[in-house]
Amino acid sequence: MAHSQATRFGSLERYDKGGVEVINDNAKNYVFSNVFQVASKAKPYEKIAVGKNIEYVIEAIRAEGTSGWRAAAHDEFALVMDGEVEVRLLKLDDPGAVPAGTQGSVALSGTPKGKKMGVVRARRGHMTLLPAGAAYQFHAARPGVVLLQTLAGRDTVERWADICQTTPRPQA
Amino acid sequence: MATQTLPELGSLEPNQHGYREFTLGKFTFNRDGYFAHIAWPKGTHMIPADAFLRAMQRDVAWGFFYGIVNFDAVVGTVNHYGNVDLYAGRFNEHYRKAGRDYSENFPAELITRVFQAILEDWTNAAFDPFAAPQETGSAFGPKNGSNKEAITRHRVTAKRMIGAPGDEPTRSDESGFPINRGFTDVPQDAPDVMAEPGFEGEVVSFNLFAYLSRSDVTWNPSVVSVCKASLYCPTTEEYILPVIHGNDRVEWFVQLSDEIQWEVEDRDTGALRARVTMRAGDVAAMPADIRHRGFSPKRSMLLVWENASPDLPALYASGKMPPTPVQF
Repeated sequence: MAHSQATRFGSLERYDKGGVEVINDNAKNYVFSNVFQVASKAKPYEKIAVGKNIEYVIEAIRAEGTSGWRAAAHDEFALVMDGEVEVRLLKLDDPGAVPAGTQGSVALSGTPKGKKMGVVRARRGHMTLLPAGAAYQFHAARPGVVLLQTLAGRDTVERWADICQTTPRPQA
Repeated sequence: MATQTLPELGSLEPNQHGYREFTLGKFTFNRDGYFAHIAWPKGTHMIPADAFLRAMQRDVAWGFFYGIVNFDAVVGTVNHYGNVDLYAGRFNEHYRKAGRDYSENFPAELITRVFQAILEDWTNAAFDPFAAPQETGSAFGPKNGSNKEAITRHRVTAKRMIGAPGDEPTRSDESGFPINRGFTDVPQDAPDVMAEPGFEGEVVSFNLFAYLSRSDVTWNPSVVSVCKASLYCPTTEEYILPVIHGNDRVEWFVQLSDEIQWEVEDRDTGALRARVTMRAGDVAAMPADIRHRGFSPKRSMLLVWENASPDLPALYASGKMPPTPVQF
């Protein structure tokens, strides 16, 4: 009989962080963090960069309660890493609400005017398209984690020194 | 007249082991029951046949990838995006000091055709270079058939996102992608998608983890979502990355499940710089001046995140861009 090992995913409640063992380098060069640890210390819907590649970022977002509405001029992608997150989508009446060329998403005040596009209820491992020009809102009855593929925007939070390993070996 | 065997690329007659010999510039490639033999004007080198075929398979499938694909510490390729260097000893300090390194540049189309011909001739029927060692037969022994189906798999490159209208499809038993033996416990539930009439094409979601659990290959990053030049290229990993990837830009890893350990070396000399252990939820950058090789004891899910901007190699090579993505 074949032996199979359990697949290990992480969660807000249970994650087992690895780390960098420096031989001849600086641990900071690896910008090492853990999305669950970052989200466990974040405010709801704070957009904390855990990866940055020039203008692009991936953000760890603690989903808890209901977010404000946001929209971007480009596609974004939300991957649920933990919990269940409802994604509400709205086609904006005003296509100029997010000027073309804007990088990252912008917050919209109140509930924007537009036509309901639909709702996605996403759980761990589910990836949802946040289409360019559509407004979106997240809702999570219990804390969860979303990993967002996007561009760095005005609300992207960068606090690398707080979230990344800086010592030559992982700290216990 | 087109031929399937492209005889001009290899010897007409096979050697005593049944394999044809190939020449590319001043490089020659030969194999016997156990080893690939590579020769160039200043030296010779041997690589176990299974390791050689696994590395060459990735190099071909990835279109020579981003930067350097070291087959091992001696032989490999450098992608210049349109043309490719084939080298021996170039990224090995000892070969360079001894003046034994050698490099030749070829149009990408030519080197691709030769590598494809080698793969086709040297891959026996039982061996799948993309498969984990526990999931394939042996690469060794005299020539025994071929496995063209395994070496010419479709490479997934989503234009927007897997499952979006007109884009790459999700995977299922029916489409020929059963759940891998290493991921039988991964939930296969689909997201609840409730699109209003007229928005079915824009309200799109899929189960990425289920999709990855059905991958039939290892160490083969494939695009699942595209945000301008930001590409999510997840892959499933088991055993050892068959190449040592030398970066020409920063790339990022997000460990989605289980654990991979990375050996990180100086890109040009091979000197060890760090060991990075990544577990589910961990995020790490691979700087633009390193090379890395991963070790995955259990089949795992890794999100490789790339910036595909064509300007990046020149910016990093010129020093206009620091090799690390964030300074803090």
